Amino acid sequence: MNLLRKNDLIMLGLSLVIFAVLQALISTKVLSSFWELNLIIIGINVIMAASLNLINGYTGQFSLGHAGFMAVGAYTGVVMTVFFHLPFIVSLVGGAVLAGILGFLIGLPTLRLRGDYLAIATLGLGEIIRIIIMNMDYVGGAAGFKGIIHHTSFAWVFVVMLFVLFFIKNFVNSSHGRACIAIRENEIAAEAMGINTTKYKVMAFTIGAAFAGVAGGLFAHNFYIISPGSFTFLASFNYLIMVVMGGLGSITGSIAGAFVVTFISAALAAWPEFRMIIYALALILLMFYRPQGLFGYMEITSMGIFRRIFKRGHN
Amino acid sequence: MSEALLKAENVSIVFGGLKAVSDFDFYISKGELVGLIGPNGAGKTTAFNLITGVYQPTTGSIEFNGQSIVGKKPYEITQRGIARTFQNIRLFSELSVLDNVKIAYHSHVKYGLAESVFRVGRYFAEEKKIAEESMKLLKIFKLEAHAEEQAKNLPYGAQRRLEIARALAAKPKLLLLDEPAAGMNPQETRELMDMISWIRREFGLTVLLIEHDMSLVMGICERIYVLEYGMIIANGTPKDIQANPEVIRAYLGGEA
Repeated sequence: MNLLRKNDLIMLGLSLVIFAVLQALISTKVLSSFWELNLIIIGINVIMAASLNLINGYTGQFSLGHAGFMAVGAYTGVVMTVFFHLPFIVSLVGGAVLAGILGFLIGLPTLRLRGDYLAIATLGLGEIIRIIIMNMDYVGGAAGFKGIIHHTSFAWVFVVMLFVLFFIKNFVNSSHGRACIAIRENEIAAEAMGINTTKYKVMAFTIGAAFAGVAGGLFAHNFYIISPGSFTFLASFNYLIMVVMGGLGSITGSIAGAFVVTFISAALAAWPEFRMIIYALALILLMFYRPQGLFGYMEITSMGIFRRIFKRGHN
Repeated sequence: MSEALLKAENVSIVFGGLKAVSDFDFYISKGELVGLIGPNGAGKTTAFNLITGVYQPTTGSIEFNGQSIVGKKPYEITQRGIARTFQNIRLFSELSVLDNVKIAYHSHVKYGLAESVFRVGRYFAEEKKIAEESMKLLKIFKLEAHAEEQAKNLPYGAQRRLEIARALAAKPKLLLLDEPAAGMNPQETRELMDMISWIRREFGLTVLLIEHDMSLVMGICERIYVLEYGMIIANGTPKDIQANPEVIRAYLGGEA
């Protein structure tokens, strides 16, 4: 069983090397501030995609309201730092808790629905959250929340992202995660094996919502203003595309999906007229040649290359 | 008579205007191997679904281990000690054979959410135990060589065996088998019979099985219930059942 811990350490070490390299490139200005901003956005999107994957990919519950939970985390966060002068980390936790509670309350009734019905219900609820925020003068309404203090840095995003990824990885590799996967595979059989399906659906939904809240907090403190317009259903849809492109039920896939989608839109920023065409083409080609996504139900750690490289680590 | 493990009294269920099962009275004593037979559409699987909480009876009582299980959810009933297989195989088909069995240990896992996420406390010891016990079960069912394969890629007979292995992983007191030999050839059926008798002794199980294969039912069941049109028309040892005119009429039709 030391195998698991050893693999974790290898992954952690690799991540820190990647972080050090990127941070060095940022500090020495080799990467312009445009790319630094995009690295931050990629990190936030990885959190969003991985947490949505927990709900959609692992538990098999089709949710389309993820941006709503992100909005809750974002607004809770800025209210805490700007109005109550609380530390950044407290605002992140606060945003996660509130988004998680909301996820729990929304999940309890809606997760009785299946498939398309659940998608429509969550889509509607995400919009309701946004419209409520739009009509709250306390947080600036439709004009947005101004005067936010800039807290988010690449280091913050990277550390939080690592925490979220390890959390989700450990969750899905435990009995709790297996219960979620069993629900995705066959709900009737899962229930017959003694799994409280409602409990685990709500659990996955709550955890996913809480991490969306964290991503929202990071997102909000990256700009000087946030507005409800950042959290429309199109945003939710964008996160869903990352999950599907990367591969349902794969954390590696969520990272890849968030990276590819964010990178494409950033790299094509200079040609906005081609952006949507290339984006759409990429998706169509992917669905033709790899409908399960780049890493559908697979992790990089279980692939041949990784195993060969780390063979010694296994023994 | 030893004490009844499962007792159903006057159980009926109505779907719209149809009485699928009516006045279902039956009991299984600890350690018995009981068969439930009857023509197609007689309500055998409905009876299973009533016992396992998939359906709620319209009237009547079902007691397991002396406690009522009416109104309990399927997962609660499984946690109390009734596990089942399905007539139309319901494996977690995209997952590995090993994971299929591991999932069924769910209600016996002793670590909490925090322990699993932060990999502390009992997590590693418990996971090791689950993996070992799952492999042991796979060995019993001659599936250990396929542990890492996707369940959907197993041959049909092996999928049926895996379903039984998975049900056993839930550590039941009562095992319900819904047509375990369906689609098996005579050789496989014979092996299955031996296996059922063996696991019953080894795990101290009580077994209730639905089956159409009469060689299997008559060969291993100690007592048999016969259902027709949702009603029990006979109950007795295989010998009694074979001689029962009601049963012959139900199966062959006409007046016997």
